[in-house]
Amino acid sequence: MDGGYLDGGFSNPSTESAAAFRQIMEVVARPGVICEVAGAQPPAPLSPAAGAVLLTLCDADTSVYLAGSVDTPDVRSWIAFHIGAPLVGPAHATFALGRWDELMPLGQYPIGTPEYPDRSATLIVEMPSLDAAGATLRGPGIKDTAHLSLPDVAPFQENALHFPLGLDFIFTCEQRVAALPRSTEVS
Amino acid sequence: MYVAVKGGERAIENAHAWLAEERRGDQSVAELSVDQIREQMSLAVDRVMSEGSLYDPDLAALAIKQSRGDLIEAIFLIRAYRTTLPRFGGSEPIDTAEMDCDRRISATFKDLPGGQVLGPTFDYTHRLLDFKLAADGETPEVNERPAEIEAMPHVTGFLNREGLIEEAVDASDAPPRDLTREPLELPADRSLRLQALTRSDEGFTLGMAYSTQRGYARNHAFVGELRIGTVPVEMDIPELGFAIEIGEINVTECETINQFQGSKTEPPQFTRGYGLVFGQTERKAISMALVDRALRWEELGEDFVGAPAQDAEFVLYHADNIQATGFLEHIKLPHYVDFQAELELVRKLRREVQAEETLEAAE
Amino acid sequence: MSEYNFAYLDEQTKRMIRRAILKGLAVPGYQVPFASREMPMPYGWGTGGVQVSAAVLTPDDTFKVIDQGADDTTNAVSIRAFFERTAEVATTTSTEDATVIQTRHRIPEVSLQEGQILVYQVPIPEPLRFLEPRETETRKMHALEDYGLMHVKLYEDIARHGHIATSYAYPVKIEGRYVMDPSPIPKFDNPKMSDNPAIQLFGAGREQRIYALPPYTQVVSLDFEDHPFEASKPDQCCSLCQSTTSYLDEVIVDDSGKRMYVCSDTDYCAARVRKQAA
Repeated sequence: MDGGYLDGGFSNPSTESAAAFRQIMEVVARPGVICEVAGAQPPAPLSPAAGAVLLTLCDADTSVYLAGSVDTPDVRSWIAFHIGAPLVGPAHATFALGRWDELMPLGQYPIGTPEYPDRSATLIVEMPSLDAAGATLRGPGIKDTAHLSLPDVAPFQENALHFPLGLDFIFTCEQRVAALPRSTEVS
Repeated sequence: MYVAVKGGERAIENAHAWLAEERRGDQSVAELSVDQIREQMSLAVDRVMSEGSLYDPDLAALAIKQSRGDLIEAIFLIRAYRTTLPRFGGSEPIDTAEMDCDRRISATFKDLPGGQVLGPTFDYTHRLLDFKLAADGETPEVNERPAEIEAMPHVTGFLNREGLIEEAVDASDAPPRDLTREPLELPADRSLRLQALTRSDEGFTLGMAYSTQRGYARNHAFVGELRIGTVPVEMDIPELGFAIEIGEINVTECETINQFQGSKTEPPQFTRGYGLVFGQTERKAISMALVDRALRWEELGEDFVGAPAQDAEFVLYHADNIQATGFLEHIKLPHYVDFQAELELVRKLRREVQAEETLEAAE
Repeated sequence: MSEYNFAYLDEQTKRMIRRAILKGLAVPGYQVPFASREMPMPYGWGTGGVQVSAAVLTPDDTFKVIDQGADDTTNAVSIRAFFERTAEVATTTSTEDATVIQTRHRIPEVSLQEGQILVYQVPIPEPLRFLEPRETETRKMHALEDYGLMHVKLYEDIARHGHIATSYAYPVKIEGRYVMDPSPIPKFDNPKMSDNPAIQLFGAGREQRIYALPPYTQVVSLDFEDHPFEASKPDQCCSLCQSTTSYLDEVIVDDSGKRMYVCSDTDYCAARVRKQAA
């Protein structure tokens, strides 16, 4: 049995996850901003950034859906050992992880209820590239406008229509992370 | 020249030093040991464990010593300590039918299998100050004989066999929700309500229970059974594939049998109230059972008569003494800013009223 | 205090709080339930703020704590000492130098900057609570965006007093959606919340709620067209630094009730006094 899954977690979990969280909070609070998160070395095909997001936000209390090509035995073992999150289907996911096309359709994830809009899924989208260019973003967290290389436009517009319900997105690429909460208006 | 108030840090340090001195009291009197508190103030220890939600008599005794005997302060110390403890897992449900009882009484049957066992109770003591204790706390020797090991089945089981009492709802396999790890959400199911009640303030719960007896959602409770004793705690170890005993705890369990005329949805039968509390804490366990029964009006198809003890939101949001005392005492903190805003407002309102009056007088 | 984890809370608790903060930022002004823990200070004394601070602080931060605007009031001192011990963070009284500021009842006079985080301690997070005591009801009102009760209350104030008789914890509306309690800051501070470059986080420990405002979020104090909101303060100047624009505390200086006014923001006041002396 390959014991590789034992590696790749934070070497100092409390301070490294604190630092990673600050970067994640920064990008969620300021859509369009791109930050780096370091310290995680998850098995392929996960990016270090996606690994850091999982280590920082997920545990036995959060259910995770692995979409398509990220659902490998190595990734499952790594999550089981370092995070302990139960793996579930999309309809029950607190977090979903995968490439954009493999995460589709968005309608399969919980978007919260009118009384508890926080009970919605956060999608961690693995991106081939991530730049502050492309779609125009407006809304809370953004002074005037921002830009982000989103994988699409219409699905995010559709998602924002449900506000205050809806999905929140974290984009990961290599060491970098960006986000798009449901409150952002995309054009 | 005015100088703004400074020196909060030194004031705090000095207050702490003074507090430590007061806690110790007169140094010519021997200091209390944690062991003495654990052994001789054991009912206080039990209360601190139950409302602190942490079964550890040594820590509870230490908390009582540190808090100068202020039990809510001691409970607070235990709760704050509990926050820092990692959770290893959940135990199997304890089996109170297998309890090694120190006390077991029923108010509904004169005699029953296992018998009535009075145990170490204040019940029939005459509440006369015992001045001998002031001089000498040693106890006279008592006769002992080996315990007769006899099964003590639950009283409600006898009624159940006849179908005279509602079935104890068979809990699903889903693990109960955990009040200490999830925010309280309403409506709260019974397991969540019982969790809140077992750690609730004894005085609050007693008052609520008493109000049901005086007619605010009266539920005609009999103590079907009260038992106090030790039960083993077992935990499933996934690596082993079976449960092992990890220790023993002392608990008090009260099952009330409540009269019930039947409702739109339920036939006439006896109903149940349930109390289970760490340690020897029978006042709390009985209170808990009465309040539990009052809160069950909805599932039994009874009417909501507007009594406080029926109102789950009212009971659950106000039963925790650590929440209550914190918020109550916080009004000691400075409120200069809010008060200033209010001062300005009241002055403004008064100016306006006076201006109007002057105007009217002039007319 | 090496026997406790970094920033006191265990990692699982911090993750739970961090998830709640992110959801709060995603739905500005909505109160996210979280499983508040018992902290070593009492409920009502800033446990919500302390838990939020514990979840966001890193060892690289510079931390400032104010209570009623002041760095040296006893509870501010106590909370600052707690984090010096458990998170080994640097602390400061300077608003400009702080990366994370925990506050009770004030927003600093100096404008906050991008990269700063303001953590509010909140006693009663529900702006509708004193109009409707039941959580089950108020939650429904927020879901339905039914704020009629609040408007009726404010309108009754006007009918009775000629203006809205709320001087602190003055309700605000976030991005045209959620009505939010700004915590018991004087209404003088309300306008500072809107379009603020800093991240604003709100923690209510006893009530188990977290909510948040991302930077540059639109925050509007509730009012009526014919009775517009007014950010008022005593019409006086500070006796120490002569500021006419800062929020003032009233101090009674002798037995005959003689009064003077001083800045509630001690750092702001001291910096001005230093500058004038130089």
